[in-house]
Amino acid sequence: MNRLEKKLKDKRASGGKILLPFLTGGYPDIETFIDLLLELERVGADGVEVGLPFSDPAADGPVIQASSQIAIERGASVTSIFDAVAKARERGLTIPLLYMTYYNPVFHLGAEEFSKRAAKSGADGVLVVDLPPEEAAEFAPAARASGLDTIFLVAPTTPEERMERVTRESSGFLYCVSVTGVTGEKKPVTELVGEMVERIRPHTDLPVLIGFGVSTGEGAASLAEVSDGVIVGSALISALGDARGEEAVKRGGEFIADIRKALD
Amino acid sequence: MTIRGETGRFGPFGGQYVAEVLMPVLGELEEAFAAAAEDNGFWDEYHRILREYVGRPNPLTFAANLTRLVGGCEIYLKREDLNHTGAHKINNTIGQVLLATRMGKRRVIAETGAGQHGVATATAAALFGCECAVFMGEEDVRRQAPNVERMRLLGAEVIPVTSGSRTLKDAMNEAMRHWVSHVENTFYVIGSAAGPHPYPVMVREFQRVIGDEIKAQSIERFGKFPDCVLACIGGGSNAIGAFASFLDDDVKLVAVEASGEGIETGRHAAAIAGGQVGVLHGQKSYLLQDANGQVLEAHSISAGLDYPGVGPQIAELARTGRIEVLTATDDDALKGFHLLTRTEGIIPALESSHALARAVDVAKTLPKEAKLVVNLSGRGDKDLATVLAFEMRGGEA
Repeated sequence: MNRLEKKLKDKRASGGKILLPFLTGGYPDIETFIDLLLELERVGADGVEVGLPFSDPAADGPVIQASSQIAIERGASVTSIFDAVAKARERGLTIPLLYMTYYNPVFHLGAEEFSKRAAKSGADGVLVVDLPPEEAAEFAPAARASGLDTIFLVAPTTPEERMERVTRESSGFLYCVSVTGVTGEKKPVTELVGEMVERIRPHTDLPVLIGFGVSTGEGAASLAEVSDGVIVGSALISALGDARGEEAVKRGGEFIADIRKALD
Repeated sequence: MTIRGETGRFGPFGGQYVAEVLMPVLGELEEAFAAAAEDNGFWDEYHRILREYVGRPNPLTFAANLTRLVGGCEIYLKREDLNHTGAHKINNTIGQVLLATRMGKRRVIAETGAGQHGVATATAAALFGCECAVFMGEEDVRRQAPNVERMRLLGAEVIPVTSGSRTLKDAMNEAMRHWVSHVENTFYVIGSAAGPHPYPVMVREFQRVIGDEIKAQSIERFGKFPDCVLACIGGGSNAIGAFASFLDDDVKLVAVEASGEGIETGRHAAAIAGGQVGVLHGQKSYLLQDANGQVLEAHSISAGLDYPGVGPQIAELARTGRIEVLTATDDDALKGFHLLTRTEGIIPALESSHALARAVDVAKTLPKEAKLVVNLSGRGDKDLATVLAFEMRGGEA
């Protein structure tokens, strides 16, 4: 079991709820991004998901689209983000970290090369949003060979017969998409999410985290009650506003601290 | 026709690179299309509409003046420009919207570049009484104003897309995002033989009527198959439609990509000649991308070819050498545009003008008695403003 899965399972075993914030890599700029990573750990994040920005983020809503575009314009690349994460590790980041991206930047570098470099940067897992298990025959083994957990998604549209396939390929945790939509768009309905989690449970003992549309402490607490925890992305990026440097770190820290409090 | 069993993989290309939400939806679509494809009633209805409404079969026109001027082989034009709405796009939208209604979906969405696919989708939606929304890059909304008005007249909502390069690829991103959020009642009508399986197969089957007619008309007229079929490629729907019937025959197939201001300038839309294998919009194929795997903006004078990728089957046919791939620049296309207009009195779409530009060269390499068919995928009325503006600026698009 890797660090990511172990830490999250430990958290669940202790009766706590898992909080996994999402940051767009290199946003608002590389230096602030590194400081933000450390700040998230300080205010109680159990892990962090780092988006490797892609030019065509077809599964993302306007907030992450915009942050991705800005990050790319300011020079963020797979390499610069890997370097930044390695720096954050040197500066004391200990919580598990996973990369979220689209397949083209991975494929372009090569599945094996990408996985090796991702692991070397200090990551514990990877989630490729447009790579369903059916297309992951090359990538998933390469990632696992480098010691990375492979996270796949379950959506409200996922039928019973696919659950088996998706959960079998998953390690680390299971990412449960709360709504049929893109990131940061619709508000999830707790009862429906609860039903989905109950459908997932018989297939896996991995922690089940809820993502997409988790925007407030109250919402997070309600969704965490029917699952093992939440992923907070668009709302965190929105909370940063157009701030950079210390101000962005302060805003991000306060926002996640509030959600932490609501979850506890 | 056997659609069942098609995996959507063409050599190393194709696939279903989409978010989990869409996987079950694509599965449903695959099943619905396979069932429709086995139902003669479905095809009877499709062909009845093509005949009575679209105006098929359209003619194979001998371009006598052009042939004489070029001095090569005989050049024929497959007249997709004479279809209702003025391009080949309607063949596919009739098929897909018919399938949508069969699936009980009364709302359709589409992406569009030049506006031809948007107009064709809006037209089919009006015919079948469906609600319609069309995503169009803001840049294309500006370039293709008459088509925007046509879509609105037809009752479609035109949604300008302001993300990314504001052209076709971004319209497709936005259409996919919208689809993910409205999967229960919405059918996504993709216009190109591209995207996740089953789209490349489905679009090919709804466009293969072009090649089927070329084949029948050639046999009737020449007593044999044509020697060469030539078409332009953006995503590749008119090309795969024209080629599909001839893949196993001894017929030379030539595709022409848009090389914009020249491949060496980086401002082009030639995914095969100037791209690398990559993944975008649910498929693996040739793709224009930078050193970091970020997708590059395509450039072409013709909005319909202004796309950084190409359909997976065309990619595989190119990789294996079954089709020959040539390129034509913006300037070449303009020459083709004027040439056909003056010699034959037919104003071609700028997309088709790329094919015409290279057809002239290919005709010179073939024996005098050979028959070359150029797929005239659309008419050029929509492009008059673009052509005038380009020429007034002395060639700067």
